[in-house]
Amino acid sequence: MDAAPASPAKISPKEGPTPLFGAYGIVKRFGSFTANDGVDLEIRAGEIHALLGENGAGKSTLMKILYGLLEPTEGVVTHKGDIVQLPNPEAARRLGIGMVFQHFSLCENLTVAENIALVMPKELAGKALADRIAKLGNDYGLHLDPSRPVWSLSAGERQRIEIVRCLLQDPSLVILDEPTSVLTPGEAEMLFTVLERLREEGRALLYISHRLDEVRRLCVRATILRGGKVVGACNPREETARSLAAMMVGTAVRDVTPRQGVAPGKERLHLERLTLPAPGLHATSLRDVTLSVAGGEILGIAGIAGNGQAELFAALSGETRAPSPDAVRIDGKPVGGLRINARRRLGASFVPEERNGHAAAPLMSLSENALLSRYATAPLTQFGLLKLGSARDLAKRVIDAFDVRKAGPDPAAGTLSGGNLQKFVVGREILAEPGVLVINQPTWGVDAAAAAHIRQAVIDLAARGAAILVISQDLDELFEIAGSISVLHDGTLSPAIPTAETSREAVGLLMGGSSDHAAPVGDLPLVHETAPVPVPAHAH
Amino acid sequence: MTLDIVQMVLATVLAAATPLILAGIGELVVERSGVLNLGVEGMMIFGAAAGFAVAMQTDSTLLGALGGAAGGLLLSALFGILTVGLAANQVASGLSLTILGLGLSGLVGASYVGVKRDPAPHLQIPGLTDLPGVGKLLFGQDAFVYLAAGLVAAVWWFLWHTRKGLTLRAIGDDHVATHALGLHVRKVRFLSVLFGGACAGLGGAYLSLAYTPFWSPGMTAGRGWIALALVVFASWKPLRVAAGALLFGGATVLQLHAQAAGLGLPGQLLSAVPYLATILALVLLSLGQRQGGSLAPAALGRVFTPSR
Repeated sequence: MDAAPASPAKISPKEGPTPLFGAYGIVKRFGSFTANDGVDLEIRAGEIHALLGENGAGKSTLMKILYGLLEPTEGVVTHKGDIVQLPNPEAARRLGIGMVFQHFSLCENLTVAENIALVMPKELAGKALADRIAKLGNDYGLHLDPSRPVWSLSAGERQRIEIVRCLLQDPSLVILDEPTSVLTPGEAEMLFTVLERLREEGRALLYISHRLDEVRRLCVRATILRGGKVVGACNPREETARSLAAMMVGTAVRDVTPRQGVAPGKERLHLERLTLPAPGLHATSLRDVTLSVAGGEILGIAGIAGNGQAELFAALSGETRAPSPDAVRIDGKPVGGLRINARRRLGASFVPEERNGHAAAPLMSLSENALLSRYATAPLTQFGLLKLGSARDLAKRVIDAFDVRKAGPDPAAGTLSGGNLQKFVVGREILAEPGVLVINQPTWGVDAAAAAHIRQAVIDLAARGAAILVISQDLDELFEIAGSISVLHDGTLSPAIPTAETSREAVGLLMGGSSDHAAPVGDLPLVHETAPVPVPAHAH
Repeated sequence: MTLDIVQMVLATVLAAATPLILAGIGELVVERSGVLNLGVEGMMIFGAAAGFAVAMQTDSTLLGALGGAAGGLLLSALFGILTVGLAANQVASGLSLTILGLGLSGLVGASYVGVKRDPAPHLQIPGLTDLPGVGKLLFGQDAFVYLAAGLVAAVWWFLWHTRKGLTLRAIGDDHVATHALGLHVRKVRFLSVLFGGACAGLGGAYLSLAYTPFWSPGMTAGRGWIALALVVFASWKPLRVAAGALLFGGATVLQLHAQAAGLGLPGQLLSAVPYLATILALVLLSLGQRQGGSLAPAALGRVFTPSR
């Protein structure tokens, strides 16, 4: 169980000086599935090395092998040229390998200090730990209260725990798995500062991300995985996001075709001065939110997470009922008091942010998940009994139309990769041909090819006359697909501005809470600028 | 004179609480590690039968107590292999363990029905035990009582003041995260299950060796289930388990006295009082001003299968 090499076997580097850590000829098979197929990787001190690849390319498997969580079927890991055995994470930690997990490996009901003490060597886990956490926090700007329980902390704070836990062991290699996927832009900025600093201190960092602009900003060396094999190495700064994506996917990423001059139709979704109290301690109240989306139109709602997106989505979908029926209207009908299925029967569809647990039940099969949101509108029941065959057909249609990759004919939703499950969830709603689609964070943590597929499907749906509301933190996405953009800040929605007439900078300022660049906000109900707003006479 | 009566009543309360404390503190450790063993009643009754049989064969109360603990441990090992090793459903396995324990205890105890033994000896320290009012209560109990008190303190200290205790709690909170950190989820859980089994067996042996020193089938009379409930209502906190057990013991003794005094209330209703009082008190205790998180070990009852 020791990390020391069995014999002082040496392995010569593929190029240049001996790397700090190397992985050579790594093969990992799970049954008949080969997750890693002869992967070579060399990481040097003082570099941020990017590991790029689509979902399912084998990045996580390789990372788990380096951290001692998985044993490679074949291949060796080296440390300063010596072959080392990594039977468990403890051995990896002793060699100076630290890991910041994507799905934080924190125990929610333990305190910050307890979570950190869990992996500290015995001699460091004692009473002085709280002081060391505070000192390291001050050094790096990673402030933490050691006595807080983890459940009370935000995603950014939780990641700080992971990083502090890692740094307290003075690692020579830090592995970061999709570290920005749950962070707000501000939190991500702070993370980058810390990472740059770690690099300057001479540590090696292995940075795994989908977000190509981040990789281009942080890294000068990248290894690209596809289908478990290394398909290339490059300097990301000499590449474009597009060329990187092409290497990851293997073919050029499909361009999203923008809509061309679809004339906006009749108003289909309307919120009228919706005010809702905050549903919980850490929630946001909505204040006077007015919006309108016409058929054929895509309205983007930008904003930093936690500014009311979840509450807005819940009010639109009917998970939270509005104080008056008139506050929410679908195709002119007041629906503020209706539940989600009643709204679905009026032709609305909803895709929530959280794939696992909100949009889909992870332990249920895809066909059962198809039933979950569609049984109200699709002919999936008869005499109160489920028509499972029809549900399977429906799931199959979604899978075919959206190229959902999966194992087995009807697997549990939780076994799909994030991108594929998101394609399934979005496809399930879009195949319902909704007149109104509300979609929250459509491509969160989804690889480039799947994201392009989803965005195109949303655009095509709008072209068929649906009114679409997209809530997203990703400004690039909104500028790509939305006809106009509103910004949600602290529960208040700014007036919609046509995308062509605004800029990322202007929207970014609004997201930060500055209203200087916004159109004047009076007491008047805000009227959508691109769409004619015929207020239906039968609204009352 | 009245002081002696009070002391006598308190001593019976302590005696009634001891088997619940023993079984409850063991189950608390099991559940803190994330495993729900519903077989406490079965392990307890098997411990009672095995303990009595060993004590009769060897004529030693100490060996009998060890035999009872070993009996509970044996059953819990079976449970551990099923649920921790083979990831079987914990609820179903625990319930069958109870039925198995009840059956096995009948088999082991068959030849001892109606046989009596001397109860486990009580402590006798000249001077101290004879202190008026508190002497018998504090210095005149049998070894099981002191062991139960020691276990409560030891488990409390272990869980909140040692690294291994922290590991155990962390594993009970999130086995996926702790496995990813390289902690030995299944090993810790298996050891916890064994500890819980030994404690339940010991609690059973207390019944047949000290509380009522004979064997009769079904003599645990649902105490295993009470111990399980105590753990939940005590919010998985050792000192509260002890307090809950004492309260339950107290209410049991009081309602017996009330029945004897002829209060005019139906006896069945009075028999229900200890259960109601315990639940009420512990519910009030667990009504905290929590805003989030979970009181229960978050991974409780969920099976864990590592990928490797």
